[in-house]
Amino acid sequence: MLEIIQNYWILLLVGSWPNGPLGGFTATLILAFLGMALSFPIAIMIGIARTGVWKAPRLLATVWVYAFRGVPLVMIIFWSYFVLPRLTGIAVPAFVTALCAIVVYESAFLGEIVRAGLQGLPAGQAEAARSIGLSYGQTLWHVMLPQALVNMVPSIVNQFVSTIKATSIVYIIGVQEVTFAAQQVSSTEVGKAFQTFMVLACFYFAVCYLISLIAQYLERRIHRKQKGAA
Amino acid sequence: MSFDWTFLASPSVAPRLLSGLFTTLELFAVSWAGGLLVAFVVVGLRAVPFPPLGWAMRFFVEYHRNVPTVVQIMVWYFGVPEILPDPIRQWINQNQSELIFAAIALSLNASAYFSEDIRSGLRAIPKTQLEAARAIGLSALSAMRYVTVPQAVRIAVPPLINRSLILFKDTSLAMVIGVAELTYQVKAIENLTFRSLEVFAAATVTYLAVSLMIMGLGAWFGRQFPPTFKA
Repeated sequence: MLEIIQNYWILLLVGSWPNGPLGGFTATLILAFLGMALSFPIAIMIGIARTGVWKAPRLLATVWVYAFRGVPLVMIIFWSYFVLPRLTGIAVPAFVTALCAIVVYESAFLGEIVRAGLQGLPAGQAEAARSIGLSYGQTLWHVMLPQALVNMVPSIVNQFVSTIKATSIVYIIGVQEVTFAAQQVSSTEVGKAFQTFMVLACFYFAVCYLISLIAQYLERRIHRKQKGAA
Repeated sequence: MSFDWTFLASPSVAPRLLSGLFTTLELFAVSWAGGLLVAFVVVGLRAVPFPPLGWAMRFFVEYHRNVPTVVQIMVWYFGVPEILPDPIRQWINQNQSELIFAAIALSLNASAYFSEDIRSGLRAIPKTQLEAARAIGLSALSAMRYVTVPQAVRIAVPPLINRSLILFKDTSLAMVIGVAELTYQVKAIENLTFRSLEVFAAATVTYLAVSLMIMGLGAWFGRQFPPTFKA
């Protein structure tokens, strides 16, 4: 295992960069981070629509959530691969194809987190805000969302871990992230597949476990603060 | 590009889709049962008052929760045969082993999550429930049968159903080692016929139908058996 790490750590960390595209674990993290960041605005809209009173947006958001939660990410990647070039009329890079698939997939899960965050607030918050004369939009913006977002932080961090793990499948359309790099290593180093994939597993484990620990810490902290305030 | 339903019925498509769906359901059923079985063993072993065993089980759970399922499948299929003795390796090479390794990897992966769900169900019931049940004269078994287990089940089952949904979707990952499940067949048909739209649509609707059934089961259980305790 040490030999694999010694010979290939650069490939596993950054891919063939700087002579080629940035890849390896850095690309994994960039893909996961961008996926989360870009799906967040959609998730906020889903959360608001799902808790709101207007029928049409609520129905649309509900269908969106159920559709993307009910289909494997691989299928969404296939769709993205198929639809994007036809919509845009140009050859879309694999990274962008994968990113689009991840954004719609994660928006469904994040949307549910936002919904749970909004619904988890005491009803008195919205009632009080409305009764002092704030509009529905102002209530959401100044009262509900700021509180809900803080409570959501641990769930969002956990979802980030899920996203990092989910990105591992995008190597099948040729995105050069860390699983792709490990495949390259295992095809050059005959008879060392076990070591190679264990090294790959260690990479993911180290980062995902660390982030999970941070999420647990944040959860305890927020919980304590709420108890203290009550 | 026009959409042609009849394409799905053609002899190069329909049999592949059906056999793919069958393999997907087979892999799901085997991994689900295997995962639940291992989960109960893990829960049991974690209750044993011998710290090293507890640490080992914790590591087992954390490994499976923090490493992507795809990588776990690859470790089993590409990696593990290498460290097995020769006779076993020969047997593996001669037989179709993808499905077996996919089932092992998915079972162990699911068991880690299942065991956590079961444990949180058990822990959510206050000790006083059992004590009170014993105090009014129920035997230890009756107290479990009528008081603690029914409450724990109500808390543990909804996350278990949710996890089962994720396991069902994860069966699609077995395509990376060549298990001929639904997603693999979709890709194969596309390579063969260069028509994607109809096949993608059929596979998506199939996945969605099964997923919605699992979600529906979860919603039904939640209505029928609401938790008695707020965990």
